[in-house]
Parts: sequence; C-alpha cells; structure tokens
Amino acid sequence: MTERPAVLSVRGLSVRFLLPGGRRVAAVTDAHFDVAPGECLALIGESGCGKSVLASALLGLLPANARTAGHAHLGDLDLLTADERTLARTVRGRRIGLVPQSPAAHLTPVRTIRSQLEETVAQLTGVRGRAALRAAAERAAERAAFPADHLDRHPHELSGGLAQRAATALALVGEAPLLLADEPTTGLDRDLVDRTVDELRRHVDADGGRALLMITHDLAAAERIADRIAVMYAGRIVELADAGTFFGAPGPRHPYSRGLLDALPDRAFTPIPGMPPELGALPDGCAFAARCGRATDTCATLPALTGSVACHHPVPAVRDLVTEDIRA
Amino acid sequence: MLELRAITAGYDRRAPVVRDASLTVAPGEAVGLLGPSGCGKSTLARVAALLHRPDAGTLLLDGTPVRRWRHRAPRGLRTAFGVVFQQPRLSADPRLRLADLIAEPLRATGRREEIPARVPGLADTVGLTGDLLTRRPHEVSDGQLQRACLARALVLRPRWLICDEMTAMLDASTTAALVAVVEDYRAATGAGLLAVGHDQILLDRWCDRTVHWDTVVPTGKEGARPLTPVR
Repeated sequence: MTERPAVLSVRGLSVRFLLPGGRRVAAVTDAHFDVAPGECLALIGESGCGKSVLASALLGLLPANARTAGHAHLGDLDLLTADERTLARTVRGRRIGLVPQSPAAHLTPVRTIRSQLEETVAQLTGVRGRAALRAAAERAAERAAFPADHLDRHPHELSGGLAQRAATALALVGEAPLLLADEPTTGLDRDLVDRTVDELRRHVDADGGRALLMITHDLAAAERIADRIAVMYAGRIVELADAGTFFGAPGPRHPYSRGLLDALPDRAFTPIPGMPPELGALPDGCAFAARCGRATDTCATLPALTGSVACHHPVPAVRDLVTEDIRA
Repeated sequence: MLELRAITAGYDRRAPVVRDASLTVAPGEAVGLLGPSGCGKSTLARVAALLHRPDAGTLLLDGTPVRRWRHRAPRGLRTAFGVVFQQPRLSADPRLRLADLIAEPLRATGRREEIPARVPGLADTVGLTGDLLTRRPHEVSDGQLQRACLARALVLRPRWLICDEMTAMLDASTTAALVAVVEDYRAATGAGLLAVGHDQILLDRWCDRTVHWDTVVPTGKEGARPLTPVR
C-alpha cells in the first residue's frame, strides 16, 4: 500500500503536560503510525484517552505547558519542531485541513458563510478580485455539497449537518494533502454521521494523493470509511489493524479493542468494567491490566507494540494479520 | 402511567415545535422515542419531565392531569422525575464538586441528612470512585461527568426517568455502562423510562418498545387545528 511515501509519518510522538507542583500528565506516549496517500486512518478510543491532544500536537496548537518529544513528518517538515511562523503560514489550512469537532463553535458567529469562505479562499489561494473570489467561494461550497442558497446565512441559521458541511468546505479550500478530522460527528444523528463521513471519504478518493486522519469515538463511523484502525488507550496506541480484520473476522487482538466492540448495542452491549486510569498517574505496567480479564503477573511490565498489538497476551491471530507499514 | 395527550409545545405560540403529540409510558416500561435532529423530541421530553409548559394538550400522571410546570409544579411531582440531558457540561454547575453535584437534589428538597447514606453508594453504582468525587466538572472527562449527572437524576429515587440523548456524546463502553446503571435501577425500583435518541440500534436494544416520531405526531395536522388552551 505504501509505494508512495506516507503523507504523515509519526514516530515516537509523546506529549506531557507540566502542572503546578511538578505533576506531569502523560497525554500521549510513544505513538508510531503512518497515513498513506489515499488512505483513511481512524484513531479510536474512549474520551480522555489523548486522541485530541495528538491532533493538537500535529497542528502545533498545544498550550504553553505542553512538552513534546518524537517526530511527526509531513513530507520533509517535522511538525513538532516547526516554529509558529511556519505552522501558521504553510501548514494550517494549506498542508493540513482541520475538520473541527463542533462546527458551530468553529465558525465565526457574526459573519455569513459566504464571507468566511471568501476570506479563506483569499488567504489560501491566489484568487484575487471580488467576482473571482465570489465564484471560487461558490465552487468551494459546492465541493462540500453546501447548498448555494444558504451561503448568505449566518452559522446560527444552519442545521448541525449544514454547519458541518460549511466547516468541511473551509477545510478543503487549501487543497491540503492531509485532512485531520477531530470527532467530526459528535452529536449528529445517524443519517448525518453517515453523510458527513461519506463526504470525507469522497474527498480522499477524489484525489489519490490526499489522506485522512479521523479521530473519533464513534465506532460505526470508523467502520464505515476507515482503511485502518488505530486504537488508543491511556495515551498509547495499543493496536493498529486493518479495518476489515478489526470489525469483521477474526476481530481485534487487544483485549481493550475487543471490549470496545463488545460494548456496541448491536453486539454484546456489555461495558468494559471500570474506567480508564488517570493520565497523571499511570501504572508502570500495562495501563489496561486493571480492567482486563486476561491480565497476569507479566502485565506489571509495559508491553511493547510488537507487530500490530501492544499486549502480553493478545487474542491469537487466526491468520497472519495485515501488518503493513508498522515500523515500531 | 405517564400519558401525553395531544401536546402542542414550542418557544413561540405562532410556530410550535411539537403539534398534537401523544405518547404513553406505563409504570416500569422503557419507551424509546426515536427521531431526527430538530424534530421536537427533546421539547416533548421536557414537557413530560415538567420542565416545559405546553401550549395545549394534557399531561396525565397516574390519571391526574398536571396543571403546573417547572418551579410551579408541586414538589411531590417534580421529585418523581429524574432527568439526564445530552451535554453534561451544560447541565452541571461548574462550581460544584461531583459529590455536591450528586447531593444537590437532596439539599434542595431539605433532605440533607440522607446525603451520607445515599451519595457514596450511588457514586459507586455509577462507577465514580473516591478521588473523582472531590473534583469539579472541568477536572473530569465528559463520560465521568455524565456518570455524575446520572447519579444526580437517581438520587431522589424517581418513579420516572427521562433520558434525553444521554449517551450521544459518549463512547461505546461508557454508553453501555450508563445504560446498565439505568436498567439496574429500573429493575430494583420499577421506574418507567422515556429515552429520547436518534440511534435506533441503541434504543431497540435498551427499551421495551421504540416509537418513531412520525407515529407520535399525526400527519397532515400541521396548523390544521386551532390551539386549545391548557386547562
């Protein structure tokens, strides 16, 4: 799948928050993954597991008390060491398009969608002149299936689905090779979730060079469009798997991933016992051991991500899993 | 029996959000109300929970018509309902520690002395352990805060539970855990449930029966009938 170089290549990415009193919160620890051109990688996990922090780190939007380590290469640029000027002028909007969690909060409330699209087009592309900007903004709206007769409305006059499309249109203006969608479907109903993620998928398929990293806790949305699944637990990626293998047979190998799937209402509908550990007080060993039915004494040591799964006793693979481009 | 009869409600009398909606929940029954975003199902749930006064129609509680809503409703009726909303951040006082958040209904109804006996056990039931109870909402995750909001809804041992998109913001495991808490409570107390949502798979799995919004509101009735005042 990766004859062409990956669009995004994350190696050993860690994020620590320094708190008063010398406390440290390990929000993301040692993340490794690639996103290939034309691929959709879904990063899934419970709320508070560090998914959104990872997205903020890629965009250079972490608060001042955060410390990062590792690399995140977007082409030849390392996003973690790039300065603010580079990120603001060449990365955000231009090389990474962000589809936000809450479009209603992302859009400027006092301006129409048209004016926001025109501003974005003027900032990110070479289009100049009122008539040309107007036409380019209308094309941008059309690309995200945003209806032209709603362009002169303000964000509060739009339904959740239309606001989501407006935000997607803005994210697509810069023709960024990487689309980063952070919980793009929270609070939407099922039909809208399906339409929103289908549109994201369409933008990846329409231009084979583009890639999508979708951060979500909605497993149905991930199953619908993802090529590969990365499961995050307590700041670590504990499993990377092909989406077909993950949601179909033989299923995921990490006990946590299996627990997540078993919690779905169309499966066993049984929760994983307990709650995730605090990121500020992680155990030395496997962070999932306290909730895991397969835990043994070996779980007091930290399992490495070997092959596709970070667990001392994963569910055995029925056949060799597709473990491409995991060079952990 | 919780009966909504021909309820018309909204935020502008000239343009009601809900017209002529009828729905019944029997004691101990779990009813799922399914509908798309913006159809008015949350408004109907608020009417059922005595939180929104309808423009027309009747709400019968065990055969007695409800005449007053919100703070004007008699305490005995208000405390018969436990309500859980979609967004825990918007339904929790940011200044209260989780333990106080859960205990607030007991304080508000002058039953302070029941707090030590009731709150720790209930917190344990919803999966909140010691340290979390001393934190304020900004120090916990959405899932943890929603657990506290569910405990707050159960603290007065209501006969009716209204869950308005309780799990829409939550991951699969937290969803399954909170639904299990609600079902354990209902099994122990025989409380009735109105669960509003847009996830048919979830509601079908959770509830005794799922009614679609289209069957709650008669078709072709939009604006056809003059409004009758609430008696």
